Amino acid sequence: MSVATPAPAGPSRKRSESGASWRWSDRLGLGLAWVLGLLFCAVAAAIVIYFLIEGIRYLRPNLLVTNPTPGVSESETGGFLDPLLGTLILGAMSMAIAVPVGVGIAVWLSEFGRPTGLARLAESAVEMLAGEPSVVLALFGAVLFTAGHLGFLSQTSHGVVLGQSFFAAAAMLSLVALPMVVASTREGLQAIPSHVREASYAVGKTKIATTRRVLLPAARPSVITGSMLGLGRVIGDTAIVLLLLGGTLTFQAANSTPLFGLLRGTGDTLTGYIYYTAPTGDGNQPSKAYAAAFVLMLMVLAINLGVDLVVKRSQRAVRWS
Amino acid sequence: MELRKPPPVRRLTGNEIPAPPLRNGNGRHASTTFALPSRRAARDAAIVVDRMQVEQLSVSYGSKPAVKSVSLPIRQGEVLALIGPSGCGKTTLLRSLNRLTELTRGSSLSGRITLDGADIAMLEPTALRRRVTMVFQQPNPFPMSVFDNVAYVLREQASRRPRKAAVRGAVRDALARAGLLDEVADNLDHPALRLSGGQQQRLCIARALAADPEVLLLDEPCSALDPLSTRLIEELILKLREDVAVVIVTHNLQQAYRIADSVAFMYLGELVEYGSAHRMFGSPREARTREYISGAFG
Amino acid sequence: MDRDVYVDHDQGFGFLEQDRGLSQDQRAELGLGALVFLVVGLLVALFAFVLHEAWPSFAHNGLAWFGGGGSVDQQLQAISTSGDLKETPVYTFHAWPLIWSTVVITLGAVVIAFVSSLFIAVFMVEFAPAWLRRILEPVVRLLASVPSVIYGLAGVLVLVPLIGNHLITQSEKASVTPTIQLSGSSLLAAVVILTVMIAPIMIAVFADGLRAVPRGWLEGSLALGINRWRTFWKVGVRTARPVLVAGTVLATARALGEAIMVSMVAGGVGFAPNPVDGLIFFFEPSRPLAATIIDFKDELSSPPMKHTLYAIAAVLLFSSAMLSVIGWAAKRPMRRYGVVP
Repeated sequence: MSVATPAPAGPSRKRSESGASWRWSDRLGLGLAWVLGLLFCAVAAAIVIYFLIEGIRYLRPNLLVTNPTPGVSESETGGFLDPLLGTLILGAMSMAIAVPVGVGIAVWLSEFGRPTGLARLAESAVEMLAGEPSVVLALFGAVLFTAGHLGFLSQTSHGVVLGQSFFAAAAMLSLVALPMVVASTREGLQAIPSHVREASYAVGKTKIATTRRVLLPAARPSVITGSMLGLGRVIGDTAIVLLLLGGTLTFQAANSTPLFGLLRGTGDTLTGYIYYTAPTGDGNQPSKAYAAAFVLMLMVLAINLGVDLVVKRSQRAVRWS
Repeated sequence: MELRKPPPVRRLTGNEIPAPPLRNGNGRHASTTFALPSRRAARDAAIVVDRMQVEQLSVSYGSKPAVKSVSLPIRQGEVLALIGPSGCGKTTLLRSLNRLTELTRGSSLSGRITLDGADIAMLEPTALRRRVTMVFQQPNPFPMSVFDNVAYVLREQASRRPRKAAVRGAVRDALARAGLLDEVADNLDHPALRLSGGQQQRLCIARALAADPEVLLLDEPCSALDPLSTRLIEELILKLREDVAVVIVTHNLQQAYRIADSVAFMYLGELVEYGSAHRMFGSPREARTREYISGAFG
Repeated sequence: MDRDVYVDHDQGFGFLEQDRGLSQDQRAELGLGALVFLVVGLLVALFAFVLHEAWPSFAHNGLAWFGGGGSVDQQLQAISTSGDLKETPVYTFHAWPLIWSTVVITLGAVVIAFVSSLFIAVFMVEFAPAWLRRILEPVVRLLASVPSVIYGLAGVLVLVPLIGNHLITQSEKASVTPTIQLSGSSLLAAVVILTVMIAPIMIAVFADGLRAVPRGWLEGSLALGINRWRTFWKVGVRTARPVLVAGTVLATARALGEAIMVSMVAGGVGFAPNPVDGLIFFFEPSRPLAATIIDFKDELSSPPMKHTLYAIAAVLLFSSAMLSVIGWAAKRPMRRYGVVP
């Protein structure tokens, strides 16, 4: 037998220098990733701490329960009760529209979806809606609500429909929240394996009954997540509020009907109030702005924590085999 | 181009030359119950070269020991099959050969593994993994073309990215060694994920060969494939063993019977028995080995 | 023996169904389909109404609407007064300074945010130590949901004074005094805050995409002797390319339409920042398209201004729609290699 030298079959055995496994560009890239990562932490911490400190400094409980009053110095201008209520009302109204409509569309897209042309059109429409700036939606709302048919939902003044009311703002805000509800619900429904649906059809249940009794309850965490994300966007929106809500710092009801009048009237939200009291706004009361910003941040934080909680709880719940 | 120390040479002695094909009922030990077609014809005494040596290796994940004090040699020129029931530590042993166990959090290792005499713990992991490459159970070609998949190693391991013309020859060679060149030669830019399962696995083998390794590790490479692809890959492995040391983990005893030259049987982390395939399948010494091979447990 | 009659309320009574002629499923399908139709119709109405209101402004100006010429602020003033005094409406409007401002601010923010967000997302998903990752992930999501007016507030109260008082020298201010005021409300402020605003969105989307890369591919690359950084970059980031496109398109649309925050920090002046000015370029005030709508919102009811503002909105509308289409089109070629979005 011949003496063995490992016969180099195939490609010639060329080895790169050891240590070349990390090129300098790799080290640079990794270093950059670390630097940017830590920088981001620093900026995020700075933002959070800044608003925390300033908010605590300026937030007093009475601000939450008094209304804005006209005044010159900051001590005279009152709190932001009505804007706070305005945020809550708008949030509730817009979600009351967005959630049922969004879930309905998601169910249609996921379970029915014929004709396919309409389904694809609907998908594109929702996606395009998600990308539209809220100023554009605000202007759309302005046109819609000054047109004859919907004019009854907003204030009229001297026979001219102004197109500004809680109804108008809530309607457009629901469009802002809609894509998120649809996307999240659809994902939740599509994650349910088909054998669950087949099991239900096999005992004679209709599609809609299956959806109502089996699928939607199972997809509930997704619905909740999507709604909360949508709600987050709604309470943070300023453009639609500024254009469609009138910006009157207190509620100005359109007529004296108890609830309907209020909702037909104008008002303000926290975001509009912050815009107004910022140094660039007409009010220029930075201390109030800090306080309101702090409250708004707490609301956003609460929503985020809620989403985290729901997601964590759902991960521990049903396991499809 | 660095010069490598020539590996130690060993010639086969008479005891180690594989015996003629097994046939049932010719007086051999009755524990073998395979009624298979005859094993591949005994090859002429091939050159067998020591490549790696595992010395008293123990691996634990956290507090759970996965491999307990295993020692065995890995040689170029032969196929080593690691067999044993699920959870016996054969995959962990395989993964420790190219230090993939280090990627798992909480893993700890004691003992020594040497490659051509050098302790692999002293080598840079990336350098080691180019000399000892691995093919996984699930074919995992990258989402690129066939050409880019095979060229990936060649491009990324060099300190400067070579031009396409420079690697084309090496890519074709690797594909030829993996027996895939004929099937993809007309369109090397075909997306790799559109190949069939068997072709994808051979592509992964070609990719592993492109790194020009000294040892090729295969972790149950055929378990996700159909019989035809399995046969193609087994023939490929037999051809490859001349140039590369092959270690294959398999839970399929028939496969081990078909292609292995040496067999190591593991049970619950321990190396129960190690020997030539002829002896292990014909007349194993340990009772547990006998039971496993005859199918008493699995 | 009594027979229990089980009434399945979901199915209804059989004989009643026959009367109605439509099964429950069909009714549901029609009802939900009508809802879908309504929403699609709303989107169509959005385009139709905005274009309808915008038409007079475009008709009067033609393509010169997009061009330059004259001070856009003066033009807006003229439009506004003509509406008030009920004279012949004036529509002359050359929006170039606004468009330029939009382009510079949006592109600047998106480019910086893209590069940073990619590295930060890679860091977060693969290289950060576990404790840091656990902090970073919720923080990114929180920052992504902070309302833009709060970012604007931070900008106005912190960044603008910083720039105005510390970064811009007196001589620089003096050099441009007749034309514009350098007060700190500037291009730089807008780009910085916009970057900080859209980065968390991009990071969150990128991180999701990177996490979805199959571990088998990453492990396979490591087992071939490629180092961790290169493995993640060549295999992970490449696989996540459709997600990168999607995240960038999303962030660009957000940046384009951001009106509130920018109107607070960009300067509110219809001036086109001039790169030739050197360093001062970054300190020049301007006003992008979306912010213009907000700044003139009070005059929405008077016709010439209304049509002008709707024309601006139409431009924004089409830009975002175009971005959606680009995002969709960019994903298609990537399906070929198995990189499934």
